[in-house]
Amino acid sequence: MKKLLSLLLTVVLALGVLAGCGNTEEASNEAESNTEKASKDVVYRTLDEIKESGTIKIGVFSDKNPFGYVDEKGEYQGYDVYFAERIAKDLGVEVEYVSTDAANRVEYLKSGKVDIVLANFTVTEERAESVDFALPYMKVALGVVSPDGALITEPEQLNGKKLIVTKGTTAETFFTENYPEIELVKFDQYTEAYNALLDGRGDAFSTDNTEVLAWALQNDGFSVGIESIGNLDTIAPAVSKGNETLLEWINDEIVSLADEEFFHADYKETLEPVYGTSVDIDSLVVEGGVIEE
Amino acid sequence: MQDLGIRVLFMGNNFARLMEGLWITIRISLIAVALSIVFGILLGMLMTVKNPIIRALTKVYLEFIRIMPQLVLLFLVYFGLTKSFGINLSGEVSAVIVFTLWGTGEMGDLVRGALISIPKHQYESGEAIGLSKWQVYYHIIIPQILTRLVPLAINLTTRMIKTTSLVALIGVVEVLKVAQQIIEANRYTVPDSALWIYGTIFFLYFIACWPISLVAKRLEKRWKTA
Repeated sequence: MKKLLSLLLTVVLALGVLAGCGNTEEASNEAESNTEKASKDVVYRTLDEIKESGTIKIGVFSDKNPFGYVDEKGEYQGYDVYFAERIAKDLGVEVEYVSTDAANRVEYLKSGKVDIVLANFTVTEERAESVDFALPYMKVALGVVSPDGALITEPEQLNGKKLIVTKGTTAETFFTENYPEIELVKFDQYTEAYNALLDGRGDAFSTDNTEVLAWALQNDGFSVGIESIGNLDTIAPAVSKGNETLLEWINDEIVSLADEEFFHADYKETLEPVYGTSVDIDSLVVEGGVIEE
Repeated sequence: MQDLGIRVLFMGNNFARLMEGLWITIRISLIAVALSIVFGILLGMLMTVKNPIIRALTKVYLEFIRIMPQLVLLFLVYFGLTKSFGINLSGEVSAVIVFTLWGTGEMGDLVRGALISIPKHQYESGEAIGLSKWQVYYHIIIPQILTRLVPLAINLTTRMIKTTSLVALIGVVEVLKVAQQIIEANRYTVPDSALWIYGTIFFLYFIACWPISLVAKRLEKRWKTA
Protein backbone atom coordinates (compact mmCIF):
# COMPACT_ATOMS: atom_id res chain seq x y z
CA MET A 1 0.00 0.00 0.00
CA LYS A 2 2.89 2.32 0.84
CA LYS A 3 4.37 1.74 -2.59
CA LEU A 4 1.07 2.57 -4.11
CA LEU A 5 0.87 5.79 -2.23
CA SER A 6 4.33 6.85 -3.32
CA LEU A 7 3.43 5.97 -6.87
CA LEU A 8 0.39 8.15 -6.68
CA LEU A 9 2.45 10.95 -5.23
CA THR A 10 4.84 10.72 -8.15
CA VAL A 11 1.97 11.01 -10.58
CA VAL A 12 0.56 14.01 -8.78
CA LEU A 13 4.00 15.60 -8.78
CA ALA A 14 4.47 14.87 -12.45
CA LEU A 15 1.11 16.35 -13.25
CA GLY A 16 2.06 19.37 -11.19
CA VAL A 17 5.19 19.79 -13.27
CA LEU A 18 3.16 19.50 -16.46
CA ALA A 19 0.67 22.03 -15.24
CA GLY A 20 3.58 24.23 -14.27
CA CYS A 21 5.02 24.04 -17.75
CA GLY A 22 1.64 24.82 -19.18
CA ASN A 23 1.34 27.85 -16.98
CA THR A 24 4.67 29.34 -17.96
CA GLU A 25 3.79 28.74 -21.57
CA GLU A 26 0.49 30.49 -21.10
CA ALA A 27 2.16 33.24 -19.15
CA SER A 28 4.67 33.99 -21.88
CA ASN A 29 1.94 33.86 -24.48
CA GLU A 30 -0.19 36.22 -22.47
CA ALA A 31 2.75 38.53 -22.09
CA GLU A 32 3.15 38.60 -25.85
CA SER A 33 -0.44 39.46 -26.36
CA ASN A 34 -1.22 41.50 -23.29
CA THR A 35 -1.80 44.56 -25.39
CA GLU A 36 -4.51 42.80 -27.31
CA LYS A 37 -6.30 41.58 -24.22
CA ALA A 38 -7.77 44.71 -22.79
CA SER A 39 -10.74 42.91 -21.39
CA LYS A 40 -11.36 39.17 -21.17
CA ASP A 41 -14.83 39.10 -22.65
CA VAL A 42 -13.85 40.88 -25.82
CA VAL A 43 -11.90 38.56 -28.09
CA TYR A 44 -11.09 41.05 -30.81
CA ARG A 45 -8.66 43.95 -30.97
CA THR A 46 -10.00 47.41 -31.71
CA LEU A 47 -8.55 49.61 -34.42
CA ASP A 48 -6.46 51.55 -31.90
CA GLU A 49 -5.11 48.38 -30.30
CA ILE A 50 -4.03 47.09 -33.69
CA LYS A 51 -2.31 50.36 -34.57
CA GLU A 52 -0.59 50.42 -31.20
CA SER A 53 0.71 46.88 -31.52
CA GLY A 54 2.19 47.63 -34.93
CA THR A 55 0.98 44.39 -36.57
CA ILE A 56 -2.30 43.28 -37.99
CA LYS A 57 -3.14 39.60 -38.22
CA ILE A 58 -4.94 38.75 -41.43
CA GLY A 59 -6.26 35.28 -42.17
CA VAL A 60 -5.80 34.36 -45.84
CA PHE A 61 -5.84 31.16 -47.85
CA SER A 62 -2.40 29.75 -48.46
CA ASP A 63 -3.48 27.24 -51.11
CA LYS A 64 -6.15 28.91 -53.23
CA ASN A 65 -4.49 30.27 -56.33
CA PRO A 66 -5.15 33.01 -57.50
CA PHE A 67 -6.91 34.44 -54.40
CA GLY A 68 -4.47 33.54 -51.67
CA TYR A 69 -1.45 31.32 -52.14
CA VAL A 70 2.23 31.09 -51.31
CA ASP A 71 4.75 31.50 -54.11
CA GLU A 72 7.99 29.59 -54.50
CA LYS A 73 9.84 32.14 -52.37
CA GLY A 74 7.47 31.37 -49.51
CA GLU A 75 5.64 34.70 -49.82
CA TYR A 76 1.90 35.20 -49.78
CA GLN A 77 0.37 36.31 -53.10
CA GLY A 78 -3.02 36.69 -54.72
CA TYR A 79 -6.08 38.90 -55.09
CA ASP A 80 -6.94 38.83 -51.38
CA VAL A 81 -3.32 39.29 -50.34
CA TYR A 82 -2.91 42.32 -52.63
CA PHE A 83 -5.77 43.96 -50.73
CA ALA A 84 -4.36 42.84 -47.37
CA GLU A 85 -1.04 44.50 -48.17
CA ARG A 86 -2.85 47.74 -48.92
CA ILE A 87 -4.83 47.58 -45.67
CA ALA A 88 -1.63 47.14 -43.67
CA LYS A 89 0.07 49.96 -45.56
CA ASP A 90 -2.79 52.41 -45.02
CA LEU A 91 -3.04 51.45 -41.35
CA GLY A 92 0.68 51.97 -40.99
CA VAL A 93 1.29 48.51 -39.53
CA GLU A 94 3.10 45.33 -40.47
CA VAL A 95 0.99 42.43 -41.67
CA GLU A 96 1.19 38.94 -40.23
CA TYR A 97 -0.52 36.35 -42.40
CA VAL A 98 -2.26 33.38 -40.85
CA SER A 99 -2.95 30.41 -43.09
CA THR A 100 -6.68 29.63 -42.92
CA ASP A 101 -8.91 27.02 -44.48
CA ALA A 102 -12.53 27.16 -45.52
CA ALA A 103 -13.46 25.13 -42.43
CA ASN A 104 -11.87 27.35 -39.79
CA ARG A 105 -12.34 30.90 -41.09
CA VAL A 106 -15.25 31.62 -38.75
CA GLU A 107 -13.47 30.11 -35.74
CA TYR A 108 -10.46 32.34 -36.27
CA LEU A 109 -12.67 35.41 -35.97
CA LYS A 110 -14.77 34.04 -33.12
CA SER A 111 -11.65 33.47 -31.04
CA GLY A 112 -10.01 36.71 -32.14
CA LYS A 113 -6.90 34.87 -33.31
CA VAL A 114 -6.90 37.02 -36.43
CA ASP A 115 -8.17 40.57 -36.88
CA ILE A 116 -9.49 40.25 -40.42
CA VAL A 117 -10.29 37.30 -42.65
CA LEU A 118 -9.61 37.98 -46.32
CA ALA A 119 -10.03 34.48 -47.67
CA ASN A 120 -12.41 34.56 -50.62
CA PHE A 121 -15.13 34.71 -47.97
CA THR A 122 -18.58 34.49 -49.56
CA VAL A 123 -21.19 36.49 -47.68
CA THR A 124 -24.04 34.29 -46.40
CA GLU A 125 -26.75 34.97 -43.85
CA GLU A 126 -25.63 32.05 -41.74
CA ARG A 127 -22.07 33.33 -41.52
CA ALA A 128 -23.23 36.88 -40.86
CA GLU A 129 -24.65 35.63 -37.57
CA SER A 130 -21.17 34.79 -36.27
CA VAL A 131 -18.97 37.38 -38.00
CA ASP A 132 -19.35 40.91 -39.31
CA PHE A 133 -18.87 41.36 -43.04
CA ALA A 134 -17.54 44.60 -44.47
CA LEU A 135 -18.44 45.93 -47.93
CA PRO A 136 -17.86 43.45 -50.76
CA TYR A 137 -14.83 43.68 -53.03
CA MET A 138 -15.70 40.92 -55.46
CA LYS A 139 -18.71 39.02 -56.77
CA VAL A 140 -19.10 35.55 -58.11
CA ALA A 141 -21.84 33.87 -60.06
CA LEU A 142 -22.01 30.82 -62.27
CA GLY A 143 -20.24 30.61 -65.59
CA VAL A 144 -20.80 28.25 -68.50
CA VAL A 145 -17.88 26.98 -70.57
CA SER A 146 -18.36 25.26 -73.92
CA PRO A 147 -16.36 24.36 -77.05
CA ASP A 148 -15.70 27.27 -79.43
CA GLY A 149 -17.31 25.32 -82.26
CA ALA A 150 -20.66 25.18 -80.49
CA LEU A 151 -20.43 28.07 -78.07
CA ILE A 152 -23.31 28.44 -75.63
CA THR A 153 -24.03 32.09 -74.97
CA GLU A 154 -27.62 31.84 -73.71
CA PRO A 155 -28.96 29.22 -71.30
CA GLU A 156 -31.90 28.58 -73.65
CA GLN A 157 -29.46 27.16 -76.21
CA LEU A 158 -28.93 24.26 -73.82
CA ASN A 159 -32.53 23.04 -73.92
CA GLY A 160 -32.46 19.39 -74.89
CA LYS A 161 -28.68 19.32 -74.62
CA LYS A 162 -26.37 17.96 -71.97
CA LEU A 163 -24.91 20.25 -69.32
CA ILE A 164 -22.15 18.93 -67.08
CA VAL A 165 -22.24 19.93 -63.41
CA THR A 166 -20.41 18.91 -60.26
CA LYS A 167 -22.56 17.37 -57.54
CA GLY A 168 -23.38 19.58 -54.57
CA THR A 169 -22.47 22.84 -56.29
CA THR A 170 -24.73 25.84 -56.70
CA ALA A 171 -24.72 25.14 -60.45
CA GLU A 172 -26.55 21.85 -59.90
CA THR A 173 -29.33 23.44 -57.83
CA PHE A 174 -29.63 26.51 -60.05
CA PHE A 175 -30.12 24.64 -63.31
CA THR A 176 -32.36 21.99 -61.76
CA GLU A 177 -34.69 24.68 -60.44
CA ASN A 178 -34.62 27.19 -63.27
CA TYR A 179 -33.96 25.21 -66.45
CA PRO A 180 -35.64 21.81 -66.04
CA GLU A 181 -35.42 21.14 -69.80
CA ILE A 182 -31.65 20.96 -69.69
CA GLU A 183 -30.32 17.45 -69.16
CA LEU A 184 -27.71 17.48 -66.39
CA VAL A 185 -24.70 15.15 -66.40
CA LYS A 186 -23.37 14.99 -62.85
CA PHE A 187 -19.89 14.20 -61.58
CA ASP A 188 -18.33 14.04 -58.13
CA GLN A 189 -15.11 15.84 -58.90
CA TYR A 190 -14.01 18.80 -60.94
CA THR A 191 -11.38 16.83 -62.83
CA GLU A 192 -13.95 14.25 -63.91
CA ALA A 193 -16.30 16.99 -65.05
CA TYR A 194 -13.61 18.71 -67.09
CA ASN A 195 -12.56 15.43 -68.64
CA ALA A 196 -16.15 14.78 -69.62
CA LEU A 197 -16.31 18.16 -71.32
CA LEU A 198 -13.07 17.45 -73.17
CA ASP A 199 -14.40 14.05 -74.31
CA GLY A 200 -17.64 15.59 -75.53
CA ARG A 201 -19.81 13.70 -73.06
CA GLY A 202 -21.65 16.98 -72.55
CA ASP A 203 -22.24 20.18 -74.51
CA ALA A 204 -21.15 22.58 -71.76
CA PHE A 205 -19.99 22.70 -68.16
CA SER A 206 -21.13 25.09 -65.45
CA THR A 207 -19.66 25.98 -62.07
CA ASP A 208 -18.33 29.16 -60.37
CA ASN A 209 -17.41 31.64 -63.09
CA THR A 210 -13.94 32.23 -61.63
CA GLU A 211 -13.23 28.53 -61.97
CA VAL A 212 -14.42 28.10 -65.58
CA LEU A 213 -12.74 31.31 -66.71
CA ALA A 214 -9.39 30.11 -65.46
CA TRP A 215 -9.89 26.70 -67.03
CA ALA A 216 -10.99 28.03 -70.42
CA LEU A 217 -7.81 30.08 -70.66
CA GLN A 218 -5.69 26.98 -70.17
CA ASN A 219 -7.62 24.90 -72.67
CA ASP A 220 -7.56 25.96 -76.29
CA GLY A 221 -10.80 25.52 -78.15
CA PHE A 222 -13.00 26.28 -75.16
CA SER A 223 -14.50 29.60 -74.09
CA VAL A 224 -16.79 30.90 -71.42
CA GLY A 225 -19.91 31.89 -73.38
CA ILE A 226 -21.90 32.84 -70.29
CA GLU A 227 -19.75 34.70 -67.79
CA SER A 228 -22.36 35.43 -65.16
CA ILE A 229 -25.64 33.65 -64.49
CA GLY A 230 -27.54 32.60 -61.40
CA ASN A 231 -27.52 34.07 -57.93
CA LEU A 232 -24.87 36.67 -57.43
CA ASP A 233 -22.72 36.01 -54.37
CA THR A 234 -20.47 38.65 -52.94
CA ILE A 235 -17.07 38.26 -51.36
CA ALA A 236 -16.14 40.56 -48.51
CA PRO A 237 -13.63 40.99 -45.70
CA ALA A 238 -14.87 39.83 -42.31
CA VAL A 239 -14.03 40.86 -38.75
CA SER A 240 -15.01 39.49 -35.35
CA LYS A 241 -18.64 40.10 -34.39
CA GLY A 242 -18.94 43.53 -32.82
CA ASN A 243 -15.55 44.91 -33.83
CA GLU A 244 -17.09 48.16 -35.06
CA THR A 245 -14.03 50.39 -35.14
CA LEU A 246 -12.18 48.02 -37.45
CA LEU A 247 -15.26 47.31 -39.56
CA GLU A 248 -15.89 51.01 -40.09
CA TRP A 249 -12.29 51.63 -41.02
CA ILE A 250 -12.35 48.82 -43.62
CA ASN A 251 -15.62 50.11 -45.09
CA ASP A 252 -14.21 53.64 -45.38
CA GLU A 253 -11.08 52.19 -46.93
CA ILE A 254 -13.04 50.23 -49.55
CA VAL A 255 -15.12 53.30 -50.42
CA SER A 256 -12.09 55.57 -50.75
CA LEU A 257 -10.16 53.02 -52.81
CA ALA A 258 -12.85 53.26 -55.48
CA ASP A 259 -11.41 56.62 -56.58
CA GLU A 260 -8.24 55.01 -57.77
CA GLU A 261 -10.06 51.87 -59.03
CA PHE A 262 -7.91 49.85 -56.67
CA PHE A 263 -9.63 46.52 -57.25
CA HIS A 264 -9.30 46.89 -61.01
CA ALA A 265 -5.57 47.26 -60.45
CA ASP A 266 -5.66 44.30 -58.07
CA TYR A 267 -7.46 42.28 -60.73
CA LYS A 268 -4.93 43.20 -63.42
CA GLU A 269 -2.07 42.26 -61.13
CA THR A 270 -3.35 38.97 -59.76
CA LEU A 271 -6.36 37.62 -61.67
CA GLU A 272 -5.75 38.69 -65.25
CA PRO A 273 -2.79 36.33 -65.73
CA VAL A 274 -5.19 33.50 -64.86
CA TYR A 275 -8.46 34.65 -66.43
CA GLY A 276 -7.06 36.35 -69.50
CA THR A 277 -7.80 39.73 -70.99
CA SER A 278 -11.08 38.89 -72.71
CA VAL A 279 -13.03 38.77 -69.45
CA ASP A 280 -15.23 41.70 -68.51
CA ILE A 281 -13.56 42.87 -65.29
CA ASP A 282 -16.76 44.40 -63.98
CA SER A 283 -18.45 41.00 -63.98
CA LEU A 284 -16.11 39.99 -61.12
CA VAL A 285 -14.74 43.08 -59.41
CA VAL A 286 -16.69 45.34 -57.07
CA GLU A 287 -15.44 48.90 -56.48
CA GLY A 288 -16.44 50.92 -53.43
CA GLY A 289 -18.70 48.14 -52.21
CA VAL A 290 -21.35 49.07 -54.77
CA ILE A 291 -22.98 46.24 -56.68
CA GLU A 292 -24.78 47.06 -59.91
CA GLU A 293 -27.03 44.26 -60.99
CA MET B 1 5.97 16.53 -70.12
CA GLN B 2 7.41 14.31 -67.42
CA ASP B 3 10.24 16.61 -66.42
CA LEU B 4 7.79 19.49 -65.91
CA GLY B 5 6.32 18.26 -62.65
CA ILE B 6 9.56 17.61 -60.84
CA ARG B 7 10.82 21.05 -61.84
CA VAL B 8 8.38 22.57 -59.34
CA LEU B 9 10.19 20.90 -56.48
CA PHE B 10 13.37 22.88 -57.12
CA MET B 11 11.78 26.23 -57.97
CA GLY B 12 12.75 28.99 -55.54
CA ASN B 13 12.76 27.81 -51.94
CA ASN B 14 10.23 25.06 -52.50
CA PHE B 15 12.40 22.19 -51.37
CA ALA B 16 13.68 24.07 -48.32
CA ARG B 17 10.08 24.91 -47.43
CA LEU B 18 9.11 21.25 -47.62
CA MET B 19 11.98 20.31 -45.33
CA GLU B 20 10.99 23.06 -42.92
CA GLY B 21 7.46 21.69 -42.91
CA LEU B 22 8.77 18.19 -42.32
CA TRP B 23 10.80 19.44 -39.36
CA ILE B 24 7.68 20.98 -37.81
CA THR B 25 5.86 17.68 -38.28
CA ILE B 26 8.68 15.73 -36.69
CA ARG B 27 9.23 18.22 -33.89
CA ILE B 28 5.58 18.11 -32.81
CA SER B 29 5.48 14.31 -32.96
CA LEU B 30 8.75 13.74 -31.11
CA ILE B 31 7.93 16.10 -28.23
CA ALA B 32 4.45 14.61 -27.96
CA VAL B 33 5.76 11.03 -28.10
CA ALA B 34 8.42 11.69 -25.45
CA LEU B 35 5.84 13.20 -23.11
CA SER B 36 3.34 10.45 -23.95
CA ILE B 37 5.81 7.72 -23.01
CA VAL B 38 6.50 9.27 -19.62
CA PHE B 39 2.89 10.01 -18.77
CA GLY B 40 1.65 6.86 -20.49
CA ILE B 41 3.78 4.62 -18.27
CA LEU B 42 2.47 6.41 -15.20
CA LEU B 43 -1.10 6.20 -16.48
CA GLY B 44 -0.65 2.51 -17.30
CA MET B 45 0.56 1.77 -13.79
CA LEU B 46 -2.38 3.71 -12.40
CA MET B 47 -4.76 1.68 -14.53
CA THR B 48 -3.65 -1.56 -12.92
CA VAL B 49 -4.34 -0.20 -9.44
CA LYS B 50 -7.21 -1.98 -7.71
CA ASN B 51 -8.88 1.20 -6.42
CA PRO B 52 -12.22 1.35 -8.30
CA ILE B 53 -12.35 5.17 -8.38
CA ILE B 54 -8.93 5.51 -10.00
CA ARG B 55 -9.83 2.74 -12.42
CA ALA B 56 -13.05 4.46 -13.37
CA LEU B 57 -11.36 7.83 -13.82
CA THR B 58 -8.59 6.47 -16.02
CA LYS B 59 -11.12 4.48 -18.01
CA VAL B 60 -13.23 7.58 -18.61
CA TYR B 61 -10.14 9.52 -19.66
CA LEU B 62 -9.07 6.84 -22.10
CA GLU B 63 -12.53 6.48 -23.63
CA PHE B 64 -12.92 10.25 -23.92
CA ILE B 65 -9.62 10.61 -25.74
CA ARG B 66 -10.38 7.66 -28.01
CA ILE B 67 -13.88 8.75 -28.94
CA MET B 68 -13.02 12.42 -29.56
CA PRO B 69 -11.62 12.94 -33.04
CA GLN B 70 -8.20 14.57 -32.78
CA LEU B 71 -9.44 17.45 -34.90
CA VAL B 72 -12.11 18.27 -32.33
CA LEU B 73 -9.51 18.23 -29.57
CA LEU B 74 -7.26 20.51 -31.61
CA PHE B 75 -10.09 22.99 -32.15
CA LEU B 76 -11.00 22.80 -28.45
CA VAL B 77 -7.49 23.60 -27.30
CA TYR B 78 -6.59 26.12 -30.00
CA PHE B 79 -9.83 28.06 -30.44
CA GLY B 80 -11.85 26.91 -27.41
CA LEU B 81 -9.36 27.95 -24.74
CA THR B 82 -9.03 31.39 -26.30
CA LYS B 83 -12.77 31.87 -26.63
CA SER B 84 -13.68 30.66 -23.14
CA PHE B 85 -10.69 31.52 -20.99
CA GLY B 86 -8.68 34.01 -23.00
CA ILE B 87 -5.73 31.61 -23.03
CA ASN B 88 -4.04 32.24 -26.34
CA LEU B 89 -1.83 29.28 -27.19
CA SER B 90 0.09 29.09 -30.43
CA GLY B 91 -0.89 26.42 -32.92
CA GLU B 92 2.20 24.36 -32.27
CA VAL B 93 1.83 24.36 -28.48
CA SER B 94 -1.83 23.39 -28.88
CA ALA B 95 -0.79 20.56 -31.17
CA VAL B 96 1.78 19.24 -28.69
CA ILE B 97 -0.79 19.35 -25.88
CA VAL B 98 -3.42 17.49 -27.87
CA PHE B 99 -1.05 14.85 -29.19
CA THR B 100 0.35 14.34 -25.69
CA LEU B 101 -3.15 13.88 -24.28
CA TRP B 102 -3.94 11.39 -27.01
CA GLY B 103 -0.58 9.59 -26.80
CA THR B 104 -0.77 9.34 -23.02
CA GLY B 105 -4.15 7.63 -23.25
CA GLU B 106 -3.06 5.18 -25.93
CA MET B 107 0.31 4.54 -24.32
CA GLY B 108 -1.30 4.07 -20.91
CA ASP B 109 -3.54 1.36 -22.28
CA LEU B 110 -0.56 -0.36 -23.89
CA VAL B 111 1.39 -0.25 -20.62
CA ARG B 112 -1.61 -1.59 -18.75
CA GLY B 113 -1.90 -4.46 -21.21
CA ALA B 114 1.79 -5.24 -20.91
CA LEU B 115 1.66 -5.11 -17.11
CA ILE B 116 -1.24 -7.52 -16.73
CA SER B 117 0.25 -9.85 -19.31
CA ILE B 118 3.04 -10.69 -16.86
CA PRO B 119 1.86 -13.76 -14.91
CA LYS B 120 1.33 -13.20 -11.21
CA HIS B 121 3.70 -16.00 -10.25
CA GLN B 122 6.63 -13.95 -11.53
CA TYR B 123 5.96 -11.23 -8.96
CA GLU B 124 5.54 -13.88 -6.29
CA SER B 125 8.65 -15.84 -7.26
CA GLY B 126 10.63 -12.63 -7.21
CA GLU B 127 9.53 -11.83 -3.74
CA ALA B 128 10.08 -15.41 -2.69
CA ILE B 129 13.78 -15.13 -3.47
CA GLY B 130 13.95 -12.04 -1.29
CA LEU B 131 13.75 -9.17 -3.80
CA SER B 132 11.99 -6.00 -2.76
CA LYS B 133 8.97 -4.91 -4.79
CA TRP B 134 11.06 -2.31 -6.59
CA GLN B 135 13.73 -4.90 -7.40
CA VAL B 136 11.06 -7.19 -8.79
CA TYR B 137 9.91 -4.40 -11.09
CA TYR B 138 13.42 -3.37 -12.08
CA HIS B 139 14.90 -6.82 -12.72
CA ILE B 140 11.93 -8.89 -13.78
CA ILE B 141 8.85 -6.97 -14.81
CA ILE B 142 10.14 -3.84 -16.60
CA PRO B 143 12.58 -5.64 -18.95
CA GLN B 144 9.74 -7.88 -20.10
CA ILE B 145 7.31 -5.02 -20.44
CA LEU B 146 9.74 -3.00 -22.53
CA THR B 147 10.19 -5.72 -25.12
CA ARG B 148 6.44 -6.09 -25.34
CA LEU B 149 5.89 -2.35 -25.50
CA VAL B 150 8.44 -1.32 -28.11
CA PRO B 151 6.61 -2.52 -31.22
CA LEU B 152 3.37 -1.00 -29.96
CA ALA B 153 5.00 2.30 -29.03
CA ILE B 154 6.65 2.52 -32.45
CA ASN B 155 3.33 1.91 -34.06
CA LEU B 156 1.90 4.77 -32.02
CA THR B 157 4.78 7.08 -32.95
CA THR B 158 4.46 6.55 -36.67
CA ARG B 159 0.69 6.91 -36.39
CA MET B 160 1.26 10.21 -34.61
CA ILE B 161 3.63 11.49 -37.29
CA LYS B 162 1.01 10.82 -39.91
CA THR B 163 -1.85 12.30 -37.88
CA THR B 164 0.02 15.59 -37.43
CA SER B 165 -1.19 16.57 -40.90
CA LEU B 166 -4.35 17.68 -39.07
CA VAL B 167 -2.52 20.58 -37.44
CA ALA B 168 -2.74 22.49 -40.71
CA LEU B 169 -6.31 23.21 -39.66
CA ILE B 170 -5.14 25.20 -36.67
CA GLY B 171 -2.82 27.29 -38.80
CA VAL B 172 0.40 25.31 -38.41
CA VAL B 173 2.02 25.00 -41.82
CA GLU B 174 3.44 21.48 -41.71
CA VAL B 175 4.82 19.38 -44.53
CA LEU B 176 1.51 18.38 -46.15
CA LYS B 177 0.23 21.95 -46.11
CA VAL B 178 3.43 23.19 -47.74
CA ALA B 179 2.89 20.54 -50.41
CA GLN B 180 -0.64 21.76 -51.07
CA GLN B 181 0.60 25.34 -51.21
CA ILE B 182 3.22 24.41 -53.79
CA ILE B 183 0.76 22.44 -55.91
CA GLU B 184 -1.80 25.25 -55.80
CA ALA B 185 0.72 27.98 -56.56
CA ASN B 186 1.62 26.13 -59.77
CA ARG B 187 -1.90 25.00 -60.57
CA TYR B 188 -2.10 26.93 -63.85
CA THR B 189 1.50 26.71 -65.00
CA VAL B 190 2.39 23.14 -64.03
CA PRO B 191 -0.86 21.19 -63.69
CA ASP B 192 0.86 17.83 -63.23
CA SER B 193 2.95 18.91 -60.26
CA ALA B 194 0.58 17.20 -57.79
CA LEU B 195 1.84 13.72 -58.60
CA TRP B 196 5.45 14.75 -58.09
CA ILE B 197 4.92 16.73 -54.93
CA TYR B 198 2.77 14.04 -53.32
CA GLY B 199 5.36 11.48 -54.40
CA THR B 200 7.99 13.51 -52.59
CA ILE B 201 5.76 13.73 -49.52
CA PHE B 202 5.35 9.97 -49.54
CA PHE B 203 9.10 9.66 -49.58
CA LEU B 204 9.54 12.23 -46.79
CA TYR B 205 7.06 10.48 -44.50
CA PHE B 206 8.85 7.25 -45.26
CA ILE B 207 12.28 8.56 -44.32
CA ALA B 208 10.78 10.05 -41.17
CA CYS B 209 9.18 6.79 -40.05
CA TRP B 210 11.67 4.22 -41.35
CA PRO B 211 14.57 5.05 -38.96
CA ILE B 212 12.18 4.77 -36.05
CA SER B 213 11.21 1.27 -37.14
CA LEU B 214 14.89 0.39 -37.50
CA VAL B 215 15.73 1.59 -34.01
CA ALA B 216 12.78 -0.35 -32.68
CA LYS B 217 13.93 -3.53 -34.36
CA ARG B 218 17.40 -3.14 -32.94
CA LEU B 219 16.10 -2.46 -29.44
CA GLU B 220 13.81 -5.45 -29.60
CA LYS B 221 16.69 -7.69 -30.59
CA ARG B 222 19.00 -6.39 -27.91
CA TRP B 223 16.46 -6.72 -25.13
CA LYS B 224 15.47 -10.18 -26.21
CA THR B 225 18.96 -11.56 -25.68
CA ALA B 226 19.47 -9.62 -22.45
